[in-house]
Amino acid sequence: MLEIENLHASVEGSEILRGISLRIEAGEVHAIMGPNGSGKSTLAQVLAGNPTYRVSGQVRFQGRDLLAMAAEARAVAGIFLAFQYPVEIPGVGNLYFLRTALNAVRRQRGQEELDAMDFLALAKERMQLVEMDPELMNRALNEGFSGGEKKRNEIFQMAVLQPSLAILDETDSGLDIDALRSVAAGVNALRSADRALLLITHYQRLLDYIVPDYIHVMANGRIVQSGDKALAVELEQHGYAHFDAAPAPGQRP
Amino acid sequence: MSSATQVPLLTALQAAEPARQPAWRRQLRGAAWQWLAEHGFPTAKDEAWKYTRVAPILAVPFQPAAAQPNRRLSAARLAQLVGDYGGPRLVFVNGHFAAPLSARAGLPVGVRLSNLAALPDAERAVLEPLLARVLQVAPHAFGALNAALGEDGAVLQIPAHCTLERPIHLVFLVDSDAAPLAVHPRALIQLGAGSRASLVESHVASGAGIYLSNALSQVVLEAGAELEHYSLQDASRSAFHLARLDVRQARDSRFSAHLTACGGAIGRHEVRIALEGPGARVALDGLYLPGGEQHLDNQTCIEHLAPYCTSRERYKGVIGGRGHGVFDGRIIVRPGALKTDASQTIKNLLLSATAQANAQPRLEIFADDVKCAHGAAVGQLDQQAIFYLRSRGLTEPAARALLTHAFVSEMLEAIRLAPLRSRVERLVAVQLRSLEVAP
Repeated sequence: MLEIENLHASVEGSEILRGISLRIEAGEVHAIMGPNGSGKSTLAQVLAGNPTYRVSGQVRFQGRDLLAMAAEARAVAGIFLAFQYPVEIPGVGNLYFLRTALNAVRRQRGQEELDAMDFLALAKERMQLVEMDPELMNRALNEGFSGGEKKRNEIFQMAVLQPSLAILDETDSGLDIDALRSVAAGVNALRSADRALLLITHYQRLLDYIVPDYIHVMANGRIVQSGDKALAVELEQHGYAHFDAAPAPGQRP
Repeated sequence: MSSATQVPLLTALQAAEPARQPAWRRQLRGAAWQWLAEHGFPTAKDEAWKYTRVAPILAVPFQPAAAQPNRRLSAARLAQLVGDYGGPRLVFVNGHFAAPLSARAGLPVGVRLSNLAALPDAERAVLEPLLARVLQVAPHAFGALNAALGEDGAVLQIPAHCTLERPIHLVFLVDSDAAPLAVHPRALIQLGAGSRASLVESHVASGAGIYLSNALSQVVLEAGAELEHYSLQDASRSAFHLARLDVRQARDSRFSAHLTACGGAIGRHEVRIALEGPGARVALDGLYLPGGEQHLDNQTCIEHLAPYCTSRERYKGVIGGRGHGVFDGRIIVRPGALKTDASQTIKNLLLSATAQANAQPRLEIFADDVKCAHGAAVGQLDQQAIFYLRSRGLTEPAARALLTHAFVSEMLEAIRLAPLRSRVERLVAVQLRSLEVAP
């Protein structure tokens, strides 16, 4: 589904991704772990098409050249990023926004748009999936939401938009244990054979609830180790220190 | 100030002065012309006109408008141009009263809604000095021109303790396609003690010609009176629209003004509020949306003259193309205006690299024990917010449009007349779309 080859990304002249290669097949759940500043969130932003970054390398998504596609085209193709810091937009109603987004995607896919009634029925059903307070639906998008409410709202959007590849950037941060459990339940409900998940997290905690097939460790803009879920336990015990200590080959001291 | 002589603007207008006129009129006009001869037109050296260059206006040899416009306007076309808010309506075309298009049915007994020219001479002699008040309090050349050349206008007088359920609509329409016209619309609005009303002023054009609309609205609120005043400026994009709203408020009166300004090559909206009685409250909202080469200037002055008065001011500008938005807001707290509570916020959103905004708050406080808050901000659309929306499937233009609408939405929500709100929403939507088009 997703093939990343030698992906580089820089912002304002400083290189953050230094050659990432990764393959994700449909139905798989991958987790990327690593210390702060290792480039995890940049990878998520670059895959979703944030134009702030200068990128090079190759990324193919369902056979298409992803890097040549605008952010909205990637959304239409089925990529979804749950933001680490969802943006607050005063003046735009939460539900109005989501209906606009869903219909923008449907229109660009050549599907019929949903009317207000059909959309509301869909939204109500998906809201229950993440145990979202319906009161939040009538408020402005993320405005005044707590950290946990914002994260829930991201997963709710994902449940409505039904992406093929969902990238969850630090979705666990800022969640208490109950919120983490219900958000994870929402994510797990969306797992399927034709959908892939890429989880980005600093802590192993999330992986107790959303169990990955593969784990990759990022440091200094590269994937330095890959393994199965046992790797998370190892990281929890030893930390990231030894990845940070070893400079990447070819890097000047 | 530059000399008023040899100004192309004045040549035809001065020549059209009638030979015979009543004494009160000769006197007022004489005073106005004299003021103009002494002071001339403002230049960039005048602080209040620093950003608005009047040279392009002075260079046009404007003609006075004939009493009968060339084209007949149908009621259907009028409704299309200005909407219908379900209440009484006075229509002025090129400054002249258009009786067939106006509707005055359903007014409570004692309420007068008329055009100035229809009043007996003796009554007009009493009312005209009220309109000429601006020449005393804060005179400038265009105010003088309005006093000298203003022919007709609207009069609304509401007796004490009378509530108008339906909004009054004053329509000032300019139909100018051939020779450039100068019109000087006027409105005098007086509310007796404890009376209540809402009023819409529409300043619109049919046709895309150059004209000068030099408008004056004078509002007088007696004790406890309440007026909601809406102003919709959708002048021709090649017109010059200079409007002034002058308000005097007695004890415990309430005034709210809501301006939406979209039109004009040069547009200027002056608001002067005098809080003369204790406990008076005023709220000014303004939304200005210049694009292309448009220049929209807002000059507000709120004078707290009595204790326990409250003023709220909220202006927002969305500026595209090479447009220029100006806000200059004075708040004056006179000695003795204790417990004054004033606030002012200005926010400008620039949609292009060539758009320009100037925001200037001025607080002049001569009393103790007052609260005055102000804030001014200029910004662009948040790139992270645009990316967030695009990552959900909205195209970049759709994302920008959504964020721009979000920026103006609180101004639209502040319009309490539902049919007016939907009209302004449509007008603003069209203007915002045009702002995104590169110049």
